[in-house]
Amino acid sequence: MSLPPSAPDPALPPGDAPAPIPARQSPALRGALRAAFGLAAFTAAFTALMAFTHEITRERIRAAVAEQQMRLIDEILPRAHYDNALLADMIDADGGSGGAVGRIWRARRGGEPVALVFETFASDGYGGRIELIAALDIRGEGQSQVRGVRVSAHRETPGLGDYIDPAKDRDKEHPWIAQFSGVDAGLPIARWAVRKDGGDFDYRTGATVSARAVTRALGHGLAWVNARKDALFAAPAGARPGADGQTVEPVSQ
Amino acid sequence: MNLQRLKESARNGLWRQNPGLAQILGLCPILAISTSMVNAVSLGIATVLAMALSNLAVAGLRRWIAYEIRIPVFILIIAALVTVLDLAFNAFLHSLYLVLGIFIPLITTNCIVLARAEAYAAKNSVLDSTLDGIMMGLGLVWVLALLGALRELIGGGTLFSGIDMIFPGLAPLNVLGGDYPGFLLILLPPGAFFTLGILIAGYNAINARRAARQAAATSPPASASAP
Repeated sequence: MSLPPSAPDPALPPGDAPAPIPARQSPALRGALRAAFGLAAFTAAFTALMAFTHEITRERIRAAVAEQQMRLIDEILPRAHYDNALLADMIDADGGSGGAVGRIWRARRGGEPVALVFETFASDGYGGRIELIAALDIRGEGQSQVRGVRVSAHRETPGLGDYIDPAKDRDKEHPWIAQFSGVDAGLPIARWAVRKDGGDFDYRTGATVSARAVTRALGHGLAWVNARKDALFAAPAGARPGADGQTVEPVSQ
Repeated sequence: MNLQRLKESARNGLWRQNPGLAQILGLCPILAISTSMVNAVSLGIATVLAMALSNLAVAGLRRWIAYEIRIPVFILIIAALVTVLDLAFNAFLHSLYLVLGIFIPLITTNCIVLARAEAYAAKNSVLDSTLDGIMMGLGLVWVLALLGALRELIGGGTLFSGIDMIFPGLAPLNVLGGDYPGFLLILLPPGAFFTLGILIAGYNAINARRAARQAAATSPPASASAP
């Protein structure tokens, strides 16, 4: 079977002929334009509403988030342990650590290092990113320990994976996250895993993914911080330490 | 607003057209969040707010919404209002936001909000529409509360877990005792379907029995006509 050779369709105008311009806009075109303008107007109006709300709530949200953060830090490092202005004594390791660690706050007492409070992140939670905040007690060589850990933001399934947040943990006596307190900072990275994966840490049946993500992220964050703790304490406040822990650039606020 | 319309609206939202049991709309957040009673009711309350606001806005603006583009405009309105609600909670009720926060964006995905905008608010007055939004939301709240309570009780043996996040003085109830082994399946997504299915079956049974009784009352029973 063969197709007949295609002949130019007489109904179609040649390609270069100008399309006939209607004297008046067709009703369909008018309707489409009206709808388009209507949608654009609504989009503009509601975007303005959202932008306005964002603008008037921004400062309050920032203050509330900072307050919440300080409350979390208080839970893992009591204020009696340090005497410097902790939130101001901050360096940002987000770039230098390749995302393993975020901001680091240095706790000092009488100028001497007491503890490092650092943010770390797991991107592989069941509900996406999990943000953690942990305190590392600085003691003599080889004796530093994890002081405490809290989840500062997560989207794990309510009632299932959200036990990583002690406020949601049903076991109030022994919250899951408490098992990290007192762990030696020199624990090999391979053991920073849940028992199911051959590591040292417990998990709750049915929601292993959340526990696994938190445990691994903590291990990596802690290893980065612990390996360069002296340099991190020495960096000027507001610096961005590089991969070696040395300062590369000051933070522009 | 007369009392009759209020009653009608309440009856529709809470029972006859209940979003969870009769319209079976908005399953995504219902199934995801109903693992505990406190979570479920929290989402329900946030939904009531969002539905009241979105119905109010849609009914108020309906004269200017061209028919062909009404659905995108409704979605735009709902998404914008949910964003505003999210920001406002975050700024002004931060401790409540820490509990409700993760649920608020989910409301946008709840098709009951869009369904009521399209089926009711686009055709009715501002006041009636707002009321409809509140009543439909409350209808969802009680179904969510029951679903959450059942799943939490069967799945974990507790009730009101997480209540201390909202009311710091209160403690959850450990109904079935500390050594209750738990029933994980009920807490997982399939458990949500099972439990909701049982609730819908119960709802249909009650309606069927009611209809049968009504039919019996209106038509004289066959035995009564015999001498």
